[in-house]
Amino acid sequence: MTAQPLGLDDVRSRTFPFPRRHFISAIDLNRVQAYELLDLADSFVALNRQKAKKLDLLKGRTLMNLFFENSTRTQSSFELAGKRLGADVVNMSASSSSMSKGETLIDTAVTLNAMKPDMVVVRHPSSGAAALLAQKVDGSVINAGDGQHEHPTQALLDALSMRRAFGHVDGLTVAICGDVLHSRVARSNVLMLQCLGARVRLVGPPTLMPTGAERWGADVFHDLCEGIAGADVVMMLRLQLERMTGALVPSTREYFRFYGLDRAKLAHAAPGAKVMHPGPMNRGVEIDSDVADDLAISLIQDQVEMGVAARMAVLTTLAARLDNA
Amino acid sequence: MTRPLALINARLVDPASGYDGPGAVRIAGGQIGDVIQGASPEEVSGDIELIDCLGAMLAPGLVDLRVKTGEPGAETKETLESAARAAAAGGVTSIVVQPDTDPVVDEASVVDFILRRARDIGLIRVHAAGAATQGLQGQRMAEIGLMREAGAVYVTDVDRPIVDSLVMRRVLTYAGGFGALVAHRPADPYLSAGAAATEGEFAGRMGLRGVTAMAERIMLERDLALAELTGARLLVDQISSAQALDSLARAKARGVKVWASVSINHLSFNEIDIGDYRTFYKLTPPLRCEDDRQAVIEALASGLIDVVVSAHAPAPAEDKRRPFDEAAPGAIGLETLLPALLSLYHDERASLVDLIAAVTLKPAQLLGLDVGRLTKGAPADLVLCDIDAPIVVDANRLMSRSKNSPFDGRRLQGKALMTLVGGRIVHRA
Repeated sequence: MTAQPLGLDDVRSRTFPFPRRHFISAIDLNRVQAYELLDLADSFVALNRQKAKKLDLLKGRTLMNLFFENSTRTQSSFELAGKRLGADVVNMSASSSSMSKGETLIDTAVTLNAMKPDMVVVRHPSSGAAALLAQKVDGSVINAGDGQHEHPTQALLDALSMRRAFGHVDGLTVAICGDVLHSRVARSNVLMLQCLGARVRLVGPPTLMPTGAERWGADVFHDLCEGIAGADVVMMLRLQLERMTGALVPSTREYFRFYGLDRAKLAHAAPGAKVMHPGPMNRGVEIDSDVADDLAISLIQDQVEMGVAARMAVLTTLAARLDNA
Repeated sequence: MTRPLALINARLVDPASGYDGPGAVRIAGGQIGDVIQGASPEEVSGDIELIDCLGAMLAPGLVDLRVKTGEPGAETKETLESAARAAAAGGVTSIVVQPDTDPVVDEASVVDFILRRARDIGLIRVHAAGAATQGLQGQRMAEIGLMREAGAVYVTDVDRPIVDSLVMRRVLTYAGGFGALVAHRPADPYLSAGAAATEGEFAGRMGLRGVTAMAERIMLERDLALAELTGARLLVDQISSAQALDSLARAKARGVKVWASVSINHLSFNEIDIGDYRTFYKLTPPLRCEDDRQAVIEALASGLIDVVVSAHAPAPAEDKRRPFDEAAPGAIGLETLLPALLSLYHDERASLVDLIAAVTLKPAQLLGLDVGRLTKGAPADLVLCDIDAPIVVDANRLMSRSKNSPFDGRRLQGKALMTLVGGRIVHRA
């Protein structure tokens, strides 16, 4: 924490040139850029903890939140991030938009683009939707989750949480557990964590593991205790019940028995291991409340706090790119 | 009556005789008059139009067994006329249009409508395939006999597999009674439900729902068993995976009356071409891995796969410019079929005669058509092609109404200089 209230100049001194207009995938970042973003995000954490939380870094900019899937935390996180940086924020969600009247994503994009948003944050149920949108809008597109593909700002905030808890990310062993198949969080985290030098494991029942996952550069386990043995971070994924098109697991109680994280299973992880979850949690399905709510081991609340800071870092960086364009 | 025509100094490629060498062809009365294998004559007597081919390839016009248009019902995609123009420009002289139109081609009157429209257009030969089941619903058999009488050349439910094995058995048995060919695309419907790509590392990373390539073999094994049981003639539509090829080879060895087609797309692309969610590469069946592509190329070269089709499937921009899993599948291919196929010759993967046979003689024989050969008395359906000419495919300059070509921007070799149907020049570059 800085003694002096953080101001505009402090943040400005930490911005760095970013070569891309959009932030679609964690693979868009190299290690240097990822660290720059994390450093910048750190300064926003400090800002967010002081009374005067507002900067005018994005003054005059318009941020459009375009959510075709329901989301509370990601949408409000981006909204807060935009507002604290001084941008005008507009929220659009699928239920209120003409998307529900059969308009295609492209038509929606072209229409909204005519309103000249500087940044568009998009969440969409189809993989690749953010990349498609990026072809059609003049401003920056930030992927807030596209289908089962990626959710890169989540990976950034997860890395930030880990770095603040352990002081470093490289060398950590991170076990990503649960419904890897349907998880965009897992895909972005694998890329981001590997980029930052962490060792990644994927743990889950074979039916919830993507084909070819063993070629992602991560070790694949089907036994939770084995998979988290010696891990520094145990990242539980939400069992995406709404995406289950078939019977991928027999029941939630069987799932909890074998893949739900409780204290007994957590004992296999390294001493001092931390537990993470991107939320929203299915308590008693993939995680026991006893573990989730123990602030000594759970980073889950930190993740939410870091979310705002990480998104502020992304918005600031992309805005600087727009300023220089 | 058009003047007789002679094409001299050509490189004749005739799959019927297996000849690939210099030669000349004389055309009279819409038919092939004489075929000279060897040096072209210096002098040609009589009132005859002489075309010097300057060494370009002269082959039978292409016969494409799998073409979709939007007529009737979706003329914004493609009309029979625009498809015919695209075909002529690509050296394709006979096409078989698919029955998944609106209304579905499941009764004789619709077959009749298509054939009459095609006659009015008159550019190329248009044949129609009829639906195997009413409304392509896979439940009740369509009027196979009446449609056949009206001119349907085979029956198929196109992209929809006939799930009910009893229905499939009856279709095969009944069609077999007429000697009719049944085409069926093998895909297990449960394994492939909702899939937009082939299951594997690529689809996994991209977050696309995938179908295992094994879904093709599972359905194919059933189809082959039923074909063996009924003795009917089966065309395996667009085989695309190595595993399915093993099944096909075993069935052929056992003497089952089975033939197989492959689409030019599955010979040319693999799943990686999807890249950053390029929907022009979203196809049915989905593009496979490179090992599968290599396997189908080898199977084509060895003759295990009989026929190459364009799988021409026009889709307008509004159906393609969508997120990958929402986008319409399919690609146009009539104009690019020949140059794309020739790349296998240039890559020395197969002989020119064998490649040309797969798009001329073999499909023609399968349907009992008298085209697809350079034989005296056969219809003068021909393509003259500079097989070495470099081209860059520009989708916007293709004749199809829809521009969804996965070959857009590709560099290929082979330019159709002239296309003749029944001795009449229908395309001249």
